[in-house]
Amino acid sequence: MSPDTAANSYRLGPDERGHFGLYGGRYVAETLMPLIREVGAAYEEAKNDPAFHEEMGRFHKHYTGRPSPLYFAERLTAHLGGAKIYFKRDELNHTGSHKINNCLGQILLARRMGKTRIIAETGAGQHGVAAATVCARFDLPCTVYMGSVDIDRQAPNVFRMRLLGAEVRAVESGSRTLKDALNEALRDWVANVHDTFYIIGTAAGPAPYPEMVRDFQCVIGDEARSQIAEAEGRLPDTVVACIGGGSNAIGLFHPFLDDPDVRIVGVEAAGHGLESGEHAASLTGGSPGVLHGNRTYLLQNDDGQITDAHSISAGLDYPGIGPEHAWLKDAGRAEYMSATDAEALEAFQLCARLEGIIPALEPAHALAWVIRTAPDLPRDHILVMNMCGRGDKDVFSVGEALGIEL
Amino acid sequence: MSRIAARFEALRKADRAAFMPFVSGGDPDFDTSLAILRGLAKAGADLFEIGISFTDPMADGPTVQAGGARALAAGMTTKRVLDLVRAFRSEDDEMPIVLMGYFNPIYRYGAERFAVDAKAAGVDGLITVDLPPEEEDELRGPVERAGLDIVRLVAPTTDEERLPFVLERASGFVYYVSIAGITGTRSPTMADVQFAVDRLRRFTDLPVAVGFGINTAEQASAVARIADGAVVGSALVREIGAGGPDMLDRVNGLARELAGGVAGART
Ligand SMILES: Cc1ncc(COP(=O)(O)O)c(C=O)c1O
Repeated sequence: MSPDTAANSYRLGPDERGHFGLYGGRYVAETLMPLIREVGAAYEEAKNDPAFHEEMGRFHKHYTGRPSPLYFAERLTAHLGGAKIYFKRDELNHTGSHKINNCLGQILLARRMGKTRIIAETGAGQHGVAAATVCARFDLPCTVYMGSVDIDRQAPNVFRMRLLGAEVRAVESGSRTLKDALNEALRDWVANVHDTFYIIGTAAGPAPYPEMVRDFQCVIGDEARSQIAEAEGRLPDTVVACIGGGSNAIGLFHPFLDDPDVRIVGVEAAGHGLESGEHAASLTGGSPGVLHGNRTYLLQNDDGQITDAHSISAGLDYPGIGPEHAWLKDAGRAEYMSATDAEALEAFQLCARLEGIIPALEPAHALAWVIRTAPDLPRDHILVMNMCGRGDKDVFSVGEALGIEL
Repeated sequence: MSRIAARFEALRKADRAAFMPFVSGGDPDFDTSLAILRGLAKAGADLFEIGISFTDPMADGPTVQAGGARALAAGMTTKRVLDLVRAFRSEDDEMPIVLMGYFNPIYRYGAERFAVDAKAAGVDGLITVDLPPEEEDELRGPVERAGLDIVRLVAPTTDEERLPFVLERASGFVYYVSIAGITGTRSPTMADVQFAVDRLRRFTDLPVAVGFGINTAEQASAVARIADGAVVGSALVREIGAGGPDMLDRVNGLARELAGGVAGART
């Protein structure tokens, strides 16, 4: 799919079968197929129901804390001496990241569908916490699948989920990280199709999830668009976000896709470096394949076996990427860069000292690209970065990486 | 006539169902796996389902996952699974062989090349778990040109509105997934199996095999009274996984029991 030339738009995807060009689709076992189609139909209906949006808007205002501010990072801008840097502050959302935007939308849909049990997967634990949060609020039982490796490195979030009443199930299969948590959640879903709704945490999975999650996250870009217009009287020159599965990024990007003068940059996790082979950069270092219900770029070997991702950030440690990003990459509308563990750690500390904001390790990757790039840009270049999560959850792993005993 | 059609035809005439064991190709390693296949054939298997392992088998429970992981650890690849089929085929030209797996390894291999190579190796049919009819176009052409059957899965969740759409694209036989769930976890009730198979027969003349959750000779026998084939995977794979010097004997022993249960079911 090149941009629909008649409408000249990058914002029309996916097609009715859930494809973004070559990517996306519904690659699931027959047992799930009828159910996935049911979710698709229910979402189609909800999307066109003003009452659905009104309820979501109400919760966003009073529960999530939206709109999140668009903040001019003055000291960082002065320090780097180039582009004018704004943060879209989704780290101020209830639960500390953009994940709540999506969970709120999906749980309202689950309720509409009459589902009585929620499952979710999580890597960093941010999505798990957001899912557990909305489940507490709407009084639905919640089971969160989490790789045992991630349970070890994100202990505070595990405890938060339990406080919120969720059951956290440790996943011991495969590499025991996010991709395996997703497998296990899909297996649970297959076995409990009658009453269970699966809240997927990123813009991946089988259709309609990539589209649905994107739509729920577009509140980020929609707000940013009007906020920057108010602050600067024009569109930004560059928008940038980190990429795990791609949900915060597509939420920021999508409302700008049809503004050809806006440069769009996604930043993947380069781990120990792209050449080391230990990274999570599926777009920059992967190839097309089929995993978790959709076709997209994957980290895989020549035999089509999925290889382990590596990143200091558990939230980016995923060997796939949402299919819409795969399409945007091939279409050339968005650029995909990467930042290493070490660069993210630097950015993490710099942001804390200069702006009084401790970023999550995930957006610290986007920030690392900003730090690398902004000095060479003119002072009137406006750059909007999604500060999609706060770093409280990461202080232990950062301490460890810096060799500091906490 | 294809090997699959010939086998089901012969069994129909003999008024008995097929015993269809599933093992991952190369579990626990290439040579042992070949020995296991030979043993299964001798024990009375009527059709083989051989798994192409995948790192992320979303429809499989812990037992089959572990079998696949053993095969991958032993260096199995899609090509080596075809080698395994070729090795078995050189000794047995009649056993129908269906490969079962997930799409990504096939996609990476190249659908066209895979279909041609699989046919040449002696494969008869293909089950691609995560490739529903909606997404199968890129594989269907090559597979049909090569002359392989596309075996379709039907699940308890597949309703009557959807059934014709799925069955229209099926050949060889239909694989009824007897539980809404993953392999090796629960077992169906025979009343449910009866109901589902009766329903399927109203929509198709293809043989109907039933799998997922069949672990014992009694269960296999009960299924064999209802359907045209009983698939047993996890119970066999569990024995392979338990290992030990008598592993082959135990696998063969279990296979003989299961085959006996199926063969004697209707007498
Ligand atoms: C704060 C934060 N940012 C980003 C991500 C990555 O996800 P996505 O790419 O879907 O935004 C995560 C995932 O856990 C996260 O917690």
